[in-house]
Amino acid sequence: MNKMRIATITSVTKEAAGITTLRFRDDAEVKPGQFYMIWIPHIDEVPMSASYTSAEKGITIKDVGEATHALSSLKVHDRIGVRGPFGNGFMISQGRVLIAGGGTGMASLLPAAEAIDPGRVDVLIGAKTSSEILLLERAKKVSNEVHVSTDDGSMGKKGTVVELVQEHLEAKRYDMVLGCGPERMLSALLKVCDKASVECQLSLERYMKCGAGLCGSCVIDGVRVCKEGPVFSSAELRKMKEFGSSKRDECGRSVRL
Amino acid sequence: MSSLEVTIGNLALRNPTMLASGVMDETAGSLLRVARAGAGAVVTKSIGSEPRKGYPGPTLVELDDGYINAMGLPNPGIEAFAAEMREARSCLVPVIGSIFASSPKEFSFLASKMQDYGAAAIELNLSCPHAKGYGMEIGVDPETVFTVVREVKSACSIPVFAKLTPNTHRLLEVAKAVEAAGGDAIVAINTVKALAISAEIRRPILSNKGGGLSGPAIKPIGLRCVYDLHADVNIPIVGVGGVENWRDAVEYIMAGASAVQVGSGVGRAGLEVFESICTGMQAFMEREGFNSVSHMVGVAHE
Ligand SMILES: Cc1cc2nc3c(=O)[nH]c(=O)nc-3n(C[C@H](O)[C@H](O)[C@H](O)COP(=O)(O)OP(=O)(O)OC[C@H]3O[C@@H](n4cnc5c(N)ncnc54)[C@H](O)[C@@H]3O)c2cc1C
Ligand SMILES: Cc1cc2nc3c(=O)[nH]c(=O)nc-3n(C[C@H](O)[C@H](O)[C@H](O)COP(=O)(O)O)c2cc1C
Ligand code: FES
Repeated sequence: MNKMRIATITSVTKEAAGITTLRFRDDAEVKPGQFYMIWIPHIDEVPMSASYTSAEKGITIKDVGEATHALSSLKVHDRIGVRGPFGNGFMISQGRVLIAGGGTGMASLLPAAEAIDPGRVDVLIGAKTSSEILLLERAKKVSNEVHVSTDDGSMGKKGTVVELVQEHLEAKRYDMVLGCGPERMLSALLKVCDKASVECQLSLERYMKCGAGLCGSCVIDGVRVCKEGPVFSSAELRKMKEFGSSKRDECGRSVRL
Repeated sequence: MSSLEVTIGNLALRNPTMLASGVMDETAGSLLRVARAGAGAVVTKSIGSEPRKGYPGPTLVELDDGYINAMGLPNPGIEAFAAEMREARSCLVPVIGSIFASSPKEFSFLASKMQDYGAAAIELNLSCPHAKGYGMEIGVDPETVFTVVREVKSACSIPVFAKLTPNTHRLLEVAKAVEAAGGDAIVAINTVKALAISAEIRRPILSNKGGGLSGPAIKPIGLRCVYDLHADVNIPIVGVGGVENWRDAVEYIMAGASAVQVGSGVGRAGLEVFESICTGMQAFMEREGFNSVSHMVGVAHE
């Protein structure tokens, strides 16, 4: 049961162009990969992954529309409503873990990276260009192997983060890949992992309204992303016809990704 | 062995549990999943003529003993829903098409579409408490309800169920209008008008302000409605409101319901809710010497 709590913003950090981290106090126990439903009074309520899971929680927001713009404009002492945490979160496995994030995907991956001993986790961060590379300094604190890719080559390797993953899988033995980012990236990532016979857990996004496994707006192939997800295993993803190809809009219509 | 099979009008169900409208039923994939989980029938999300986004968030408030929701009838519209029905029809249980509209003519149009799509029955949403011009705004007036049911009955040949609201003192009059117009069953109840306020934010939480209460909190209200309806009308009744275990289901059946629907229970108890109700009910019937569900219907009145 997830009642609405009112939380006060304790800090606001500008991470990169259009990317903001808000911290707030919430006593709920949150696992890496779980998300909150965040109420911005008078505007909307939207799903946001927890980017910090300690007592002082955090969310890292990309300004893409009305609700995220309002969230990005909040100041210390402003108040938001929080429900959750929802979803399953990442299963922190044994062995060597490779973490691959695109865009704000890094937000939900970093708490997972922080839960693994630094010696056995490598982190790959991708973006279009260097100014959009997110959370690099924080990643360097949890892993000795942090690499970057940009589409335009302005930082790190020129190319996609999936190409970077492929290189790593060829060079080194990993037991698990954790990924979060745009779905087309994730579907390419699954293929690369399958080819290398490495299991992965990928975090998906779908249109969420209730967050509580009731309304069905977030389903992918009949599976509720808010309840059974948002993190799915290779085996689950391979069975999904809609993965990498279509999603539901706010009316429930099927639309191409 | 006691049998869980029931019939509602001419609709045969393998067991008396159905998925209630509005919960995990907007896509073929989710309808199929609920059917596989053991429901005796599944009811679709209420579908209208045009695609609708529904209200901005928050659309749901969680309480200890239920939910308050104001989703705002989001749905893909009747045309786009054809594809979902085509796939959902392949499930082993009847798929009941729920529709909402603002006039008898629009209801008839949607009902004949649903029939073409292969729906086993129609459920008329005459009871949503939070969508202007729809739902209970239509469903609290016996004359209007009579006209809607009569026109839908003449527009299609599959059974027509009317889903009613408890938010009226005229429930029995409305139910009699359904019966007089040839309706095949009554589904009761939809959610109860409710509100949640955030003290710190000093305003209602739901973006629509008002919403509808569901879950265990409304079970006594639903039971009373079904009990009163059973005494006054002769068509079958489907009981809804706070059913999440076999005991709840048996109580509704003893009050007069021929079957029950589960909505909030899917969120609160999980998809196992259908199977666990059936297993528990079967054991109860064996213990108490009931051979069939129909023998329990309305026994609380005797
Ligand atoms: C589990 C999950 C975790 C997420 N975590 C983060 C995060 O950590 N950081 C971040 O910046 N964003 C995250 N998002 C995405 C974020 O919820 C959307 O960007 C936000 O809802 C957009 O709202 P808007 O009003 O600003 O934009 P709009 O203009 O309303 O929409 C822009 C796009 O955002 C998507 N969107 C809108 N509303 C929703 C909704 N209720 N649910 C899902 N998608 C929606 C749609 O694809 C839409 O096209 C997450 C989404 C999910 C499902
Ligand atoms: C999230 C949600 C959405 C609903 N949407 C609809 C709907 O579209 N049409 C409808 O007739 N009833 C709708 N209902 C009402 C339910 O079908 C049911 O009548 C009510 O919730 C009481 O049953 P319950 O206690 O088992 O949930 C909705 C209920 C909930 C909780
Ligand atoms: S958002 Fe409602 S079921 Fe997932």
